[in-house]
Amino acid sequence: MKNSVIGGAGGAARVEVALPHPGATQHRALTRFLENERLLATLLLAPTVALLGLFIAYPFVMGVWLSLSSTSVGNPGTFVGLQNFVRAWNDSIFRTAFWNTSVYTFWATIFKLTLGMWLALLLNRHFRGKRLVRASMLLPFIVPTVLSTFAWRWMFDPTFSVLNWTLYQTGIITTKLPFLSDGTWALSCAILINTWRGMPFFAITLLAGLQTINPDLHEAASLDGANGWKRFWHVTWPLLKPVTIVVVVFSVIQTFSDFQLIYVLTGGGPANSTHLLATYAYQIGVATGLLGEGAAISLFMLPVLFIVVWIQLRYLRRLEGA
Amino acid sequence: MQGHRMNRRYFLKVSGAAAAVAGTGLEGILATGRAPAWAQGTKLHIVRWVDFIKEADVELKRQAPEASKALGAEVVFEFINFNDLQPRITAAIQSGAGADIIMMLYNWPHLYASGVVDVSDIAEPIGKAQNGYYDVFQATARVGGKWLAVPHGVVGNAVAYRRSWHNEIGAKEFPKTWDEWREVGKKLKAKGKPVGQALGHSAGDPPTFSYPLLWSFGGAEVDKSGKKVVINSKETLESVKFMQAFWNDACDEGGAAWDDTNNNRAFHAGEISATLNGASIYIVAKRTKDKIKDERGEPMFQDIEHAALLPKGPAGQFALYVPFQHAIMKYSKNQKLAKDFLKWLHAKENYEKWFQVNEGYNVGPTKVWEEHAMWSKVDKPLQVFRQAVRQSRMLGYPGPASAKTTEAYTKYIIVDMYAKAVTGTKAEDAVQWADGELKKIYEKA
Repeated sequence: MKNSVIGGAGGAARVEVALPHPGATQHRALTRFLENERLLATLLLAPTVALLGLFIAYPFVMGVWLSLSSTSVGNPGTFVGLQNFVRAWNDSIFRTAFWNTSVYTFWATIFKLTLGMWLALLLNRHFRGKRLVRASMLLPFIVPTVLSTFAWRWMFDPTFSVLNWTLYQTGIITTKLPFLSDGTWALSCAILINTWRGMPFFAITLLAGLQTINPDLHEAASLDGANGWKRFWHVTWPLLKPVTIVVVVFSVIQTFSDFQLIYVLTGGGPANSTHLLATYAYQIGVATGLLGEGAAISLFMLPVLFIVVWIQLRYLRRLEGA
Repeated sequence: MQGHRMNRRYFLKVSGAAAAVAGTGLEGILATGRAPAWAQGTKLHIVRWVDFIKEADVELKRQAPEASKALGAEVVFEFINFNDLQPRITAAIQSGAGADIIMMLYNWPHLYASGVVDVSDIAEPIGKAQNGYYDVFQATARVGGKWLAVPHGVVGNAVAYRRSWHNEIGAKEFPKTWDEWREVGKKLKAKGKPVGQALGHSAGDPPTFSYPLLWSFGGAEVDKSGKKVVINSKETLESVKFMQAFWNDACDEGGAAWDDTNNNRAFHAGEISATLNGASIYIVAKRTKDKIKDERGEPMFQDIEHAALLPKGPAGQFALYVPFQHAIMKYSKNQKLAKDFLKWLHAKENYEKWFQVNEGYNVGPTKVWEEHAMWSKVDKPLQVFRQAVRQSRMLGYPGPASAKTTEAYTKYIIVDMYAKAVTGTKAEDAVQWADGELKKIYEKA
């Protein structure tokens, strides 16, 4: 706001003086504050830090505390050191679940990578309806896991399986296949469903990686007489490796800690043959109410995942440095 | 700036007006024609399972407004899958928030004792006025001399079987012993009509079959003290070996992956000849007789019989029924209201409407309901449930029911001992495995 002060005799001078507005001082202070990068950065980061603290750090610290305590439902418990971890390690169901989780993760990741790569290479070619195929390929990834697993459960139903019915009607089998009633079959079915669900993620990510590869490289290799396999092995694969490693890291983490699929498909049965660490931790911690023991079982995932991810990321860094 | 700026003058004006309204008391409330805000929001939240008899849930929903009117608070039922009840209870107790009343099965009140309130003051009078509770509730809902839940009903079970199919192979009545059932089942399986038994991870049918089988051979998880694990016995081994033979000869092997719903569907589809279940197979077949038909196109319910108990073993005949009770949660701010509601629910005129809808599927928790006129109207196959509860044992038998027996049950140790044996594990190894797992539960501090 400007106030005019009229000069003296003759009005020779007309001077305009800006008087300070009551809010102007505050405004300058705010400007000064915002110009301070350190303070501004702290301010902008605060919500994120608060969210991470609330939804990641707090539950994690609580999980660690629970695993070291004898907490059960309704009882706060006391500090018991590593007793829950020792108990879990001596538990045969835990060892079964640990083994199942490793097998499940290993094979599901191998299949997802192989099939995802194959699909990405196919989709990288030009053909009519390519966009439609690419979009529809994502469906298994988009449909909520619980819903799609229910659909698979119906297909593998011990009594009404459409797969058994079809195979029987076409004369391929004479007795029902024990999709979910035999331990080995049930775990294999779970791996199949996980592959079906996770493959699009691999395919789309690898496809994005493929599209960053300069076509000139392939052209040059072709001119040098390289066939399709050689072009893939010596041109595509080395350039795609960093993307592949990142995708595999994500997949290993997600698969190793998978819960929904097994919970809906088998509930860990028959006779614990499909229990994963997450489903067993849930059964012990949440259903049985032994929160300390349940937390210890789930925390067993942490060192395993840490080692796997550390090795993969180290390898990735070496690739980037090369 | 439009509107009111909050300054001292405005604050005094508004708060003064509020104080004046508050000071007018009842007159002020009546003048507005509305109840005070603190009374309008009272709500009672009850979590129960999704009943296998749909009409039972419908009846409770129908009663909710009546209860709301009688109690002056909104009564709301929530129905969830019964395999999700335990996770729900754990989450509620740990977070200190959730439903005011939660349904508990078997002897769960032992496991959640520290999270529920003593309801002896309402459970005792209800039991006394109705000829007393069945003995099984002393083991399930009474902990340390206190009632921690109000018994609500018992889902009995019986072997539902197809009369005509059994007649066809010369079995005029249901087999009396396990060996006889194996022989009969063998013949039926040869005709593509096996026995169907769930052995998956599910709370109802797998345990209600496995525990009585174990007991009928003389096996048990613990001794009478409830402290010493005695599963690794000759009797248990015999029961496991029998189960392996019975499974191969007479059962649908798919049962290893079944939950509590599979046998209902398989029976109604004409895929199995017999199965241990509550009365729901018969009742649903009767209530949907236009859809559920036998191979001749006749309503299937006419061909369904019930054998009251599982067959006899060397040590006798046993049953494990599923008792239901309502627990009031300690964190609830409506404990008085919750008690009033349970009293209302068990008043004869209210309870009997729900009881009659059940037609014997869920019977009363007290003996007075054995005398109800409904029993003279229900079909013969349902009559077996009239006094069935008198015979039910509880998890942990012959020891006392405790939190440890619930833990063993929740981990499916007994169920999985049989499931392991029928899916390839040697009988001796399956028993050994159960012994190790039970010792970890019963012998830990």
